[in-house]
Amino acid sequence: MKKSLIALSHDALGSLRDLTPIVIVIGVFQVWVIKQPVSGFVSLIFGAVFVLLGLAFFIFGLRIALFPIGEGLAHSLAKKGSAFWLFAFAFALGFGTTIAEPALLAVAAEASEVAVDAGVIAATEEARSSYALGLRLVVALSVGVALLIGVMRIIANWSLPVMIISGYILVVLVTTIAPAEIVGVAYDSGGVTTSTVTVPLVTALGVGLASSLKGRNAMTDGFGLIAFASLTPILFVLLYGIILEWI
Amino acid sequence: MDLILDTLMFVGNSAVDVLPIVIFLFAFQKFVIGGQIPNFKRILVGFGFVIVGLGLFLEGLEQTLFPLGRLMAQQLTNPEFLHATRITVVGALGWQDYHWVYLFAAAVGFSTTLAEPALMAVAIKANSVSGGAIGIWGLRVAVAIGAGVGVSLGCYRIISGLPLQYFIAAGYLVVILQTTLAPKLIVPLAYDSGGVTTSTVTVPLITALGLGLAEAVPGRSPLLDGFGLVAFAALFPIISVLAYGQLAVLRQQVDLSDNEPDELQEDKDHAL
Repeated sequence: MKKSLIALSHDALGSLRDLTPIVIVIGVFQVWVIKQPVSGFVSLIFGAVFVLLGLAFFIFGLRIALFPIGEGLAHSLAKKGSAFWLFAFAFALGFGTTIAEPALLAVAAEASEVAVDAGVIAATEEARSSYALGLRLVVALSVGVALLIGVMRIIANWSLPVMIISGYILVVLVTTIAPAEIVGVAYDSGGVTTSTVTVPLVTALGVGLASSLKGRNAMTDGFGLIAFASLTPILFVLLYGIILEWI
Repeated sequence: MDLILDTLMFVGNSAVDVLPIVIFLFAFQKFVIGGQIPNFKRILVGFGFVIVGLGLFLEGLEQTLFPLGRLMAQQLTNPEFLHATRITVVGALGWQDYHWVYLFAAAVGFSTTLAEPALMAVAIKANSVSGGAIGIWGLRVAVAIGAGVGVSLGCYRIISGLPLQYFIAAGYLVVILQTTLAPKLIVPLAYDSGGVTTSTVTVPLITALGLGLAEAVPGRSPLLDGFGLVAFAALFPIISVLAYGQLAVLRQQVDLSDNEPDELQEDKDHAL
């Protein structure tokens, strides 16, 4: 208990240091460039305390829950030796954590506005929500596939740079035939898929798996899953745009 | 009173986001792997901390950084402000008249990335896996520099109206070149750094900046040109983390300049 309290206050001090740059940036711009008074000083102070405590709690919880459970599951799955369940786990983790991702909901809603403006879909509520849902499904599917391929790579020992670079070459090629209005949305959807809860779990999965397999290095083989999860959504959303245009 | 209600609501929302994942993990453990989770109680407490922590964090951001950041993005891209601070003397605004926007973009990209919880998670893991060779702080600063440069350049793209894919293709060419030169240990981590920069703290702010800019610059549409900043923030950290690895090698080569060439790859990895 005492040890946990020390760890927690250590995390709080770390959070203080992590948040200082933001305070400086906002302060400097407010005072020297924009020169307008800020209202609601009290709520700012409260908010800052919340951010600080929240970050410290999250990091603490990360160390005692997210990392151990992610690695524990990776070890047990590797020991079980069933490729099927490992792949099923990777796919479900990617798909499940992405479909409910709040950042993705926001991007999908904005993207449906873009589609209406570009005349791809009708300007009705129904068309918009079905477009947004389709986009979310495509992105969630792509993250599931990404983790599946990433886990296969760790097991089969394929080269990460070759796979990622050819992936991006493919992205650039597909971009040239994709409709213009989908490009920005597609490129951004690669960034929004990897959320605060998913990243630690996925990292722990990769590192746990690489360290339980013989002849794999946790450093060179364990990382790379997030790279796949940032790449495949771009490709899948571009293809989604192309297919919608054809129909 | 409102504050307490708001906080409870945010913690509730965060529980709704996190609980499905927790249930999935526990169910998988119980039905597929079988047996109890080791340290079950400790892990439950940990998830409690994750849920409350994320809830407080988001509520705090919603109270402080997000409104301030959005307001500042609007003010900096306001035509009145732009005309008051312009460098060129006559005619329409040139790309250099947006200098405060570039500076703000770089500063916001850098500082919000440093506070990104997902990046901390990856840095903590990389530090423990590499046996301390990769510093938590060093990695995070490298990623943050990349994000700052990326967002700033992304703003230039919106202002200049150049196609997104040109920048992305050029960026990946640099990544390919660096991959062949950088120490092998850093490559997978560098590729992962792209995805983790753009998450809870960074995305809402730079999206607001992108939309504000696209509205302010004549001839841009917020819907078509406002997107794309996240892609920049995700690409440039790959370059800066690879550079961080290369710098570590360079520093070591300066220290021990009399090494045999066949030891080079090994040295590269040791340098980290």
